[in-house]
Amino acid sequence: MVTKVMSANQAIAEAVKLANPEVIPVYPITPQTTISEYLAKYVADGDLDSEYIMVESEHSAISASLGASGTGVRVFTATSSQGLALMHEISFAAAGLRLPVVMADANRALSAPLSIWNDQQDSISERDAGWIQIYAEDGQEALDSILMAYRISEDKNVLLPSMVCIDGFILTHTVDPVNIPAKEDVNKFLPKYKPDHAYLDTKKPMSIGTFTDPSYYMDARYDMELAMERSQEIIAKAHTEFSEIFGRDYDFVEKYRSEDADVIIVAMGSICSTIKDVVDELRDAGEKVGLVRVRVFRPFPKTQIYEALKGASKIGVIDKNVCFSIGGVLATEIRSNTGLDVSGFIVGLGGRDIKPSDIKEIMEKTKNPTKQTQWIGLKKEEH
Amino acid sequence: MELPNKEFLAPGHRGCAGCGATIGVRLALKVLGENTVAISATGCVEVITTPYPETSWEIPWMHVAFENASAVASGVEAALKAQGKTDTNVVVFGGDGGTADIGLQSLSGAMEREHNLIYICYDNEAYMNTGIQRSGATPYGASTTTSPHGKESFGENKPKKNMPMIMAAHGVPYVATASISYPEDLMKKVKKAAEIEGPAYIHLQQPCTTGWGYNPAQTIELGRLAVETGSWILYEIEEGEFKVTYKPIQRRMVKEYLDAQKRFKHLTDIEKEKIQSHVDAICTELKI
Ligand SMILES: Cc1ncc(C[n+]2csc(CCOP(=O)(O)OP(=O)(O)O)c2C)c(N)n1
Ligand code: SF4
Ligand SMILES: [Mg+2]
Repeated sequence: MVTKVMSANQAIAEAVKLANPEVIPVYPITPQTTISEYLAKYVADGDLDSEYIMVESEHSAISASLGASGTGVRVFTATSSQGLALMHEISFAAAGLRLPVVMADANRALSAPLSIWNDQQDSISERDAGWIQIYAEDGQEALDSILMAYRISEDKNVLLPSMVCIDGFILTHTVDPVNIPAKEDVNKFLPKYKPDHAYLDTKKPMSIGTFTDPSYYMDARYDMELAMERSQEIIAKAHTEFSEIFGRDYDFVEKYRSEDADVIIVAMGSICSTIKDVVDELRDAGEKVGLVRVRVFRPFPKTQIYEALKGASKIGVIDKNVCFSIGGVLATEIRSNTGLDVSGFIVGLGGRDIKPSDIKEIMEKTKNPTKQTQWIGLKKEEH
Repeated sequence: MELPNKEFLAPGHRGCAGCGATIGVRLALKVLGENTVAISATGCVEVITTPYPETSWEIPWMHVAFENASAVASGVEAALKAQGKTDTNVVVFGGDGGTADIGLQSLSGAMEREHNLIYICYDNEAYMNTGIQRSGATPYGASTTTSPHGKESFGENKPKKNMPMIMAAHGVPYVATASISYPEDLMKKVKKAAEIEGPAYIHLQQPCTTGWGYNPAQTIELGRLAVETGSWILYEIEEGEFKVTYKPIQRRMVKEYLDAQKRFKHLTDIEKEKIQSHVDAICTELKI
């Protein structure tokens, strides 16, 4: 176990080295690229024994991942934005084929206009594909989440792919101290992947990816729904065992000074670090405010979110995405799944900076709601 | 050949000092003139020429994504046709990654459908916009961030994908290679590509100071070295007729070209000789 200062992208590459997937198909795209580059270097230097495939598109990166996973080995891929969008077709196939692929997504805005900067529209737009989705707040959590993602995805009661999302540039290109677990501990936590549901083996032929008529399709999709529901239990177990072995605690949602709070802000990802600072400042000034950070977005932790929010009189939900004519996706889902009244805020699209003053403005607007969804940080006044 | 004074790619773009790509675009546009619509694939040229709210393009220009420039251009060409504007040139600028890798499918489709387009692949032999990752057009031995040299690796271990021949195999009526360091040869080829009925493909080699690792003042020299050493061959295939358009008087040693660039610095003499003999074999066959 060592602690080193590194970016979240390097932390993810370190996690991949520890998880040691047999096959790594990747394709460069900002701000994910350095993950691919670190992995290329590990392989070139003989520090990682994986088949590294530098494919010709993201469509091929995810397709090769499915081919490899379908052959019964652990795989890793990573992408961002346009790349994830290009994977869209196959991302539904990954979940439907029940292949436990683990992917990192460096959250970045979708074109057009073209932008390389951060928001979470890319992964949020994949929310119906059937992947487990985890949003990390920092590099340490990114590393830990990759290890947990393998554990969760490869569990026989789940067998759904996982996406670990980190905010582009804010996490991918800034550095923090990150603790790198010892390989023996990782081996204890993460046994070798041995599928008994899907693998191509000439000794035991099976057909993967069959054509189904209406008498089968719907039940296959229902099985995925059951698996997603069951994953809650497996995720909880992974959190517990992770804590036992590595001493770091994770939950579906993180409650930050929210237990007795009147006003609670809900958000995902790196923005939560800014919110925590603002919460501390306002708490010092005697205001009862808090943060609830949603870490696991799929499966959607309805109960945990409801329990964390039910005591507050005012709730504001921050989204770095937009579902046009509806509002932010997290706000909408919380509203419809908990029955709680929440104000929605759209922030930071395409890398628009989010300052502590913006968070304070959001807190004020949460206390005095005027409409269901408000855009914060526009150059022109919202109308 | 006369060089028209009019410019269609304005200065002030964000290319690196000594960027070879913009030289190529500029020269091509001089030949094509104002009655031209340009389409870009995502990549250096697209990013450096259009930092909103500015643009370097003095002709109509459109970018949609990385993998689909030829399909976008197919739509543009069809729409111009529908409007009776059949004299308008449609030119596509795709990088080597946007051409040989992610965009190959849409390029193949457009060429097979015989859209009247001029496709110019500006080849800097890697994904430069994202910081020097290998592409299918990266040459043997080059170190990139995804084909790095290391204890177990000497860099890119596959030969360069032969895009012009892939295009020729599509039956494209005009296929050519070119270099930004031979402007007259390049411009003649662009002219032919515009005049010919149906699609045309030009594979334009373009030294990249950042990705290849050399002094930005030497871009033109590097392009010349590539051709003078036989590492890059200038030819055209017109209606199936293959013709070398430039022969060095005395071929120089490939080592000179390799040693001038950081991306080949790690190669041992044995590897350099291997590359030399590969070049020799091709040049002997083509009588260069
Ligand atoms: C679907 C998709 N995948 C990846 C990217 C990221 N990307 C943008 S440009 C580029 C490389 C371009 O390389 P090339 O075509 O050789 O052009 P160059 O930058 O070298 O001019 C990449 C990987 C993207 N924009 N879209
Ligand atoms: S990286 Fe290379 S191709 Fe891109 S702008 Fe710089 S010199 Fe030109
Ligand atoms: Mg390139």
